[in-house]
Amino acid sequence: MVILEMRNISKYFGTVKALDNVSLKVAAGEIHALVGENGAGKSTLMNILSGVYPYGTYSGEIVFQGEKCAFRGIRESEKKGIAIIHQDLALIPYLSIAENIYLGNERAKWGVINWEKTRQDAAVLLKKVGLRENPDVFIKDLGVGKQQLVEIAKALAKNAKLLILDEPTAALNEEDSDNLLQLLLELKKSGITAILISHKLNEVIRVADAITILRDGATIETINVSEGRVNEDRIIRGMVGRELTDRFPKRRPKIGGVYLEIKNWTVFDPKIEGRKIIKDVSIRVHRGEIVGISGLMGAGRTEFAMSVFGKAYGRQISGEIRKDGEKIMINTIKKAIQNGLAYVTEDRKNAGLILIGDLRQNISLSSLDKISKRWIINDEKETRVATDYREKLKIRSSSIYQKVQNLSGGNQQKVMLAKWIFAAPDILILDEPTRGIDVGAKYEIYTIINQLAEEGKAIIFISSELPEVLGICDRIYVMNEGRIVGELNREEASQERIMRCIMQSMQRNRGRL
Amino acid sequence: MMETVKVKSVEITTTARVSASYALKANIRQYAMLIALVFIMIFFQIATGGILLVPMNVTNLILQNSYVLILAIGMTLCILTGGNIDLSVGSVAAFIAAIMGTLIIEEKMDVTAAIIIGLLMGVIIGIWQGFWIAYVRIPAFIVTLAGMLLFRGLTNTILKGLTLSPFPRSFQRISSGYLPDLFPVIDGFNLTPIVFSAIFSILLIITQLRKRRAKIRSNTGVIPAFLFIGQLLLIIAAVNLFAYALATYKGIPIVLVILAALISGYHFFTTKTVPGRYIYAMGGNERAARLSGIDTNRVLFFVYLNMAVLSAVAGIVFAARTDSAFPLLGNGFELDAIAACFIGGASATGGIGTVIGAIVGALVMGVLNNGMSIMGIGSDWQMTIKGFVLLMAVAFDVLSKNRAK
Repeated sequence: MVILEMRNISKYFGTVKALDNVSLKVAAGEIHALVGENGAGKSTLMNILSGVYPYGTYSGEIVFQGEKCAFRGIRESEKKGIAIIHQDLALIPYLSIAENIYLGNERAKWGVINWEKTRQDAAVLLKKVGLRENPDVFIKDLGVGKQQLVEIAKALAKNAKLLILDEPTAALNEEDSDNLLQLLLELKKSGITAILISHKLNEVIRVADAITILRDGATIETINVSEGRVNEDRIIRGMVGRELTDRFPKRRPKIGGVYLEIKNWTVFDPKIEGRKIIKDVSIRVHRGEIVGISGLMGAGRTEFAMSVFGKAYGRQISGEIRKDGEKIMINTIKKAIQNGLAYVTEDRKNAGLILIGDLRQNISLSSLDKISKRWIINDEKETRVATDYREKLKIRSSSIYQKVQNLSGGNQQKVMLAKWIFAAPDILILDEPTRGIDVGAKYEIYTIINQLAEEGKAIIFISSELPEVLGICDRIYVMNEGRIVGELNREEASQERIMRCIMQSMQRNRGRL
Repeated sequence: MMETVKVKSVEITTTARVSASYALKANIRQYAMLIALVFIMIFFQIATGGILLVPMNVTNLILQNSYVLILAIGMTLCILTGGNIDLSVGSVAAFIAAIMGTLIIEEKMDVTAAIIIGLLMGVIIGIWQGFWIAYVRIPAFIVTLAGMLLFRGLTNTILKGLTLSPFPRSFQRISSGYLPDLFPVIDGFNLTPIVFSAIFSILLIITQLRKRRAKIRSNTGVIPAFLFIGQLLLIIAAVNLFAYALATYKGIPIVLVILAALISGYHFFTTKTVPGRYIYAMGGNERAARLSGIDTNRVLFFVYLNMAVLSAVAGIVFAARTDSAFPLLGNGFELDAIAACFIGGASATGGIGTVIGAIVGALVMGVLNNGMSIMGIGSDWQMTIKGFVLLMAVAFDVLSKNRAK
């Protein structure tokens, strides 16, 4: 039985067609994956379905449970049982789980909230989504994985029949992702339909019953998973419209001498007294080498990288940094940059880019001294630099004057890379440089990274995606709970070995307790 | 979704010339307030029966609003860092004026020495407030609210609740004096401003043409020729008409020289210099700025230090204009300055806004004040109308931005 049918949906932004006669058919009780590159129109389509873009701003029709729908807002779609869970979670940190679940949907009579009932009902929902937490706990005290579960509980509280999940596992570690996918399968058994938007194709193949591929605002095909043979290559082919023979560009590493060496690095939590975040970490990186740091979310990789980068994180930092064998002192970010370090953050939007600024302004930001004399910025030089990098890194934008907030994730990532490449560092620390961006853009970014290594720079590559770490790194450190728990060469590394390193260290830690 | 939209939109760099309608639209939004100012002036010119733009009144407009213009410059920088405002500027201005009064009138100190001391006091106050805001990270709103009470209290203490007056001529001249006539005065027609405006016009044409040529050479978008020429002509016409008005009255007021120096100096500072860029970067995204090696604490500190010094300048100018230092001096200045910035297009969350915008905003308020006063509208109504204008200006900005999305 078909629960949802979207027919010939077209949507314009100004004169530009974002969706071109897209159709989507979802059967009741299935998990339907929606895949496509960034900009393919997935989110636009879902925003139309959930009423974010109200009826009348698009053409085509939506039939939900046999009924024609003309939603004028999210409230109306929710009433019908459609709930959307956005990529950026919409929970309020200083309210409890129970309060968040029933936000806008309070258990109340005459406007007076029945807290007893709120708590009880919330507890039931939490059990259903498999979250073992007290409903009175504040959201801010939960990890991202658990928050995601609260979001789902919130949707269930509204009697959702169709759940739309936009990149639900983008910010989750493997374990939490697993739990979440498991939960989707459970919910499916109890008759809830789900539309899953995801870049992680292995997950999609694992849980989806049907996969619809969008490209450039049009439906390419819908694959029925139970019928045919589905593999990642087939999906990728559909998404990018061409054969992508190798997901990682080839490179012959030319590895030189030790460039950067960090010894006995220890960092304490900036807020909680006496809590060690990084414990006695020692690593070294050679010229022309791409070194991966792999680990679960929360392993301390970002904290480690930032503490090295001019003490941008943590306090009571101890340890030693040597560059080219010489000991260097890096107490501020400025010093770090002067010493040839660059850190490309994992958090593009909040810590990486000036979103209201244009390409030009963002690219020059960390190296204004290179385009200025006696504090006066040379306009022409700045323009030239931005134009150069826009071309070199193939940043797709209307011009160097386009605001960065209007670029796609992949292009935003390239702007950040441009900024740090322009700073001409010797050592680049890249933190999740491909998070949330599509396959094509990923390939381009790998190519850029390879080029940088080719030029003799040392690259530290932090990523949660194991295939990617295995695909491009020459050597991999495995990190867990603030410690280096393994070091693997390209030849010996595999997903299993990395996971084994992590598991073993967890067991050791447990043994210690 | 949005990405596809943007990719396909106007390709500026490849064509080097922006389409006329696109440029017109982009420029209209930028100049909306300027156009509004022109309309407001035309309205009052008619409503006051031509009094608004009488040479004497034009000069008056400048003198009357000089303090708001000075404060609006500094306030722009504060707002740029992230929507921070400074509530203490009126009280600081009063405090400095009180010091001027005490030193010059009571202690008979040399005017120049007293002014230097006044400006130094501004620096000290700036260090004081900047320290709490930038290094202790107490919200600027709270620190400057405290400063507003603190310096008002100190003003009263120094003045013992009394008004000090009059100042010597040499001090008054700051606000009521005119530049000496460098060129002959014919029939009450003062040639000096005309010569200045002519030089300005020529320089403007040369620099603008040079800029445009450079842009064409580097293949970065230029606006169509007719818009460029139109813009240039408008600016030149406005400047020369203004100069004509000054010429038929008493010439160039000294305050105008101070203002011109401050406005062009700060315009250059915010648009062309590295620290200026830091201010915008900090307001745009403080964490990103920090991770790019910018010491945002120092930026914030400097901005509030600067604001206090400009408050001191405003205090001196205002005391010279009213020829007195009194306990209630500068009451409400902070709100005028803040309103000017927001009318001029500054964003309440920081990172967006210009010095020129704030000046236009201040002039909008100034012309409204002046025009309504001439028409005999009471100050109670004036305030109501100004409040309404502030709201409408910001609403216009918000709505046009939403539509652009």
